[in-house]
Amino acid sequence: MGVSLTELAEVIRSKNSGPYELTMDIIFKDFDSYEKVKREKAINKELISRLYQIPEEDIISIINFDPAKAIKITIKRPLVAGAIGESDVYGAQQHAPLLRIEL
Amino acid sequence: MQELKVLSPTAILGYGFPEESFEKGLAQHPDFIAVDAGSTDPGPYYLGAGVSFTDREAVKRDLRLMLKAGKRLGIPVLVGTAGGSGANEHLAWNEDIVREITQEEDLELKVAVITAEIPKAEILKKYEKGKISPLPPAGEISREDIENTSRIVAQMGVEPIIAALDNDVDLVLAGRAFDPTVFAAPCIKAGFPAGLALHMGKILECASIAATPGSGSDCMLGTLRHDCFILEALNPKRKCTVTSIAAHTLYEKNNPYKLHGPGGIIDLEETKFTQLDDKRVKVSGSRFIPSEEYTIKLEGAKKTGYRTISIAGTRDPIMISQIDEILEAVKNMVKDNFSHINNDEYQILFAIYGKDGVMGKLEPQKNANPHELGIVIEVVAQTQEMANTICSFTRSSLLHYGYPGRIATAGNLAFRYSPSDIPAGEVYEFSIYHLLTVEDPKEYFPITIKTMKGSE
Repeated sequence: MGVSLTELAEVIRSKNSGPYELTMDIIFKDFDSYEKVKREKAINKELISRLYQIPEEDIISIINFDPAKAIKITIKRPLVAGAIGESDVYGAQQHAPLLRIEL
Repeated sequence: MQELKVLSPTAILGYGFPEESFEKGLAQHPDFIAVDAGSTDPGPYYLGAGVSFTDREAVKRDLRLMLKAGKRLGIPVLVGTAGGSGANEHLAWNEDIVREITQEEDLELKVAVITAEIPKAEILKKYEKGKISPLPPAGEISREDIENTSRIVAQMGVEPIIAALDNDVDLVLAGRAFDPTVFAAPCIKAGFPAGLALHMGKILECASIAATPGSGSDCMLGTLRHDCFILEALNPKRKCTVTSIAAHTLYEKNNPYKLHGPGGIIDLEETKFTQLDDKRVKVSGSRFIPSEEYTIKLEGAKKTGYRTISIAGTRDPIMISQIDEILEAVKNMVKDNFSHINNDEYQILFAIYGKDGVMGKLEPQKNANPHELGIVIEVVAQTQEMANTICSFTRSSLLHYGYPGRIATAGNLAFRYSPSDIPAGEVYEFSIYHLLTVEDPKEYFPITIKTMKGSE
């Protein structure tokens, strides 16, 4: 039985980490869910690459941060913040594909 | 000294704070008041054009309360990245606001102004010597990139701010500064550990964003001891929890364990977050690891043209079903009509809200079937006049374009505004995001001491 990430997480967000990177945080509701997802490496490069249709080389890092029961994903921005044709200067609305993750 | 107390009124100077929260902070006898006034998040325009992204009246309101409180308690006020981007024009803008406040409130202030803009000629010299390296994923820069950049600032570390505080000033007005520095500098000057001081600064620079419920417009108090620091939200409606503080450590950074700054790294591998009571969190174990070479981060923006936009919508399902083809055809009509203008002198872009206006290339839902679409016509050209001309022609062509199967023959677009076209002015892009290796951390951040007096 699959479970939706939105049931396990209390925060799913994106934001610039400087003008050249986008960073996404998944903060879990409880340590049990976090530990399980972390142990199974359910949030991995292959998944992020598929969700955002980007090559794995553009995924800078996926880091587990135990104190916040959080998983952090950082990717290279397709366009630098504020460049002509770029659509989200703060990078705050690039999280939606993560809402569809089923575990 | 056993402990130092820091009052952080708001996440960005000009974002505001309730006076009740601020007074609660003052009642705890803080040793200084500090605020971050800037960010690169609002984009390259503000740095390039020398304009603040914060509002003048709002900045003045916050600063007036802070300066009066500082004077009343006899404690210094520190402002980092003044004017939003921290270049010389931004500093002058903020200085002007301070001068007005001293006149209106009849205050006398000893002010240290620290500049952070570096002349292009100096950057070019360092570039030739190989002292400038890209901060990935930003790429290498060329001589030309530097020459074309409108303004270059560097993020200062704590050293220039400590030097400014040595002059016993009422206000430190710093240009571009690494966000935590205005909070950490007085603590490091007083002999507290740099790792804890900087980590506390990293959290306090966002004020109550780190509390729950979070807010960018409310006060926080930090208490630094030699082995830990304690965070406290000053509004009774908010509290600091281990989760809210730990989660904030993730915010806007790519790696929560290692925060790179001027001259070294804040290392959080050993950091412990402890709930002290239902409102306060204690943090310990954060360390500062100095790097072998002292580097400062450079930020620059260059002008790429002028923009005009027109905002419209369509509610026609026949048009929506072939929107991509229609927009391509309209682009070609414009090109044909202005064939005497080189193609590289202007760009036509369409942002299609309801399709991929928010995520662009990253949008995974390719086949959405919305009942209406928002269309922003955007033209960037070498002059404002040309941007106006191309945008106007694109708008009228799209309005009346006869696409296959068209039934609604009176017009293809719903305009919300008259005039429909909005000249949006200069367009900038980030052109430099690189590291500069320096011999002396204070080298590029000269300090000027001034007295600002009310009754002049």
